[in-house]
Amino acid sequence: MIKYVIKRLFYAIPVFLGITFTVYLLINLAPGGPLSILAASGEMSLSDLEALKVSLGLDKPVLVRYFLWLADLLHGNLGTSYRTSQAVSMMIGQRIIPSLLLTGTGIIGAIIIGIPLGVVSACKPNSIWDHISTFVAFIGASVPNFFLSLLLIYVLAVKMKLFPTSGMYSAGSNGDWKDLLYHLALPAFVCGIQPIGNYIKQTKSSVLEVLNEEYIKTARSKGLRNVVIVIKHAFRNSLIPIVTTLSLSVPFLIGGAVVTEQIFAWPGIGSLMITAITSRDYPVIMGVAVLICVVVLVVNLILDLIYAALDPRIKFK
Amino acid sequence: MKKILSNQAVKKFMHNRKAVLGLIIVGFLVLAVILMPIFMKLDPYTTDRAVGFNKAPCPGHLLGTDDVGRDLFARLLYGGRISLFVGIMSTVISVLIGIPLGLIAGYFRGIAETVIMRVADAFMSFPTMVLILVLVAVFGPSILTVTVVIGVLGWTAIAKLIYGNVLSIREREYIQATKAIGMSTPKILLSEVLPNAIPPVWANISFRVAGAILTESSLSFLGMGVQTPQASWGNIIFAAQNLLVLTARPWVWFPPGICIILVVVGFNFIGEGVRDALDPKTK
Repeated sequence: MIKYVIKRLFYAIPVFLGITFTVYLLINLAPGGPLSILAASGEMSLSDLEALKVSLGLDKPVLVRYFLWLADLLHGNLGTSYRTSQAVSMMIGQRIIPSLLLTGTGIIGAIIIGIPLGVVSACKPNSIWDHISTFVAFIGASVPNFFLSLLLIYVLAVKMKLFPTSGMYSAGSNGDWKDLLYHLALPAFVCGIQPIGNYIKQTKSSVLEVLNEEYIKTARSKGLRNVVIVIKHAFRNSLIPIVTTLSLSVPFLIGGAVVTEQIFAWPGIGSLMITAITSRDYPVIMGVAVLICVVVLVVNLILDLIYAALDPRIKFK
Repeated sequence: MKKILSNQAVKKFMHNRKAVLGLIIVGFLVLAVILMPIFMKLDPYTTDRAVGFNKAPCPGHLLGTDDVGRDLFARLLYGGRISLFVGIMSTVISVLIGIPLGLIAGYFRGIAETVIMRVADAFMSFPTMVLILVLVAVFGPSILTVTVVIGVLGWTAIAKLIYGNVLSIREREYIQATKAIGMSTPKILLSEVLPNAIPPVWANISFRVAGAILTESSLSFLGMGVQTPQASWGNIIFAAQNLLVLTARPWVWFPPGICIILVVVGFNFIGEGVRDALDPKTK
């Protein structure tokens, strides 16, 4: 297995280089570089701009800059932001916990509620649980996140004053967890609603498929209790497609909540990305891209190991 | 034979209540956004100086006016034209890229298969919204960029479906037979493999239109999509990022939101209907 892991890590290298190089090339080809905003303001003379260009390294060709960036990366240095002059790793570090807190709460909530709902609605079609599941999945698939957020803010925050409209903490509070939960409730709900629909649908359909298998009939005719059949035989064997669906949510954990973070003024990676893109802050955009890339590659590897654990027929090649 | 089969599918589709409802919703919205501006002589771009800006709904302006005094009902309909256009055209682009790539990967296998499918996996595992935002920022937000970017990034699902179908079709006996009688490879691909690989994709196309409209509206809502003075459902709602508009003028942002939901539901219902109609296992 260790051999397999090492082999997979080697395969990940070209993917990583490919993605980072493409993003680097794209943002550097964009019309209106980071200096054009300064130039347009007219506050700097041409020679100052030229000097700044050299000090930021923007005078070198794109390819050279990419390799310099890559060399820095290997030394664990993500560079400094053009906009704030802070270290990119620090800026990302400050944002990652709020981001994970938001999307993580949403997704974990969706797993805890969605998967049991899916199993129950597969076992008891047309029951009240089945109807609730269908309705929740329907909302998740057809109501855009930003509109749902606006509706929630309008009804629950503005009209009924049950929740705050935005932010992570109330002004003047010093990191109190109750205050945090109070602010987290609405945006986390929005982050969870789409995944929960997917989890319900996927769990229901894969459990339904397994319930039609011959070995379930055998288990029934052996007189096993229904709970044992569902949990031990049906659910266990329908896990592979469910895990795949769960895995598709992982890239969403980082930077997936761009819209939600923007509406609720949540200080996460998504809103960092938006400011970086609009101000052409290349090092920050690249830093976030690297982060997402690494997370995705690592998660895919872990996923393959989970598959093998779930289904002994899958061998490491 | 083919005719009977397709007729049976059509019959099945028309007996599916949800599918017909989806068809009615989408048909109604399409007709409304195309015909109503013509018959009602609506103008989404000109400021109505007599009425002023930020006005509540009144007989002359069914949904009031926006912050520069443009008629919001007209903008809702024109915005619908643009949102539907972006949704449908970007799906056309996804299909035009996805079908050939899926076909090549599934039929020729080997290196083509490895490269195309690895790239598809890489695309699928990346958070699409972040990628779209970077690309839109690079090329500058406009209707054209939004359509192309959503379209180009949407090829993976279509390619994977086609690929899966082609994998099983290429092993069938009738394909072996066409090879044996010396049919050329392009002809086998176009006249034998492709027609049999496409039907399951139809449902996915409908889902993709719904997804593309959702993505476009999110982008426009963030200010990174369709730009004013052009209207889209997303950029009308953009105004509601201002808490004053959100709380005091719900007629600005509520109707376009409902329109997005309706059109997405409509296309999703049609997609489900098509999927069930083409599936021989369902009645």
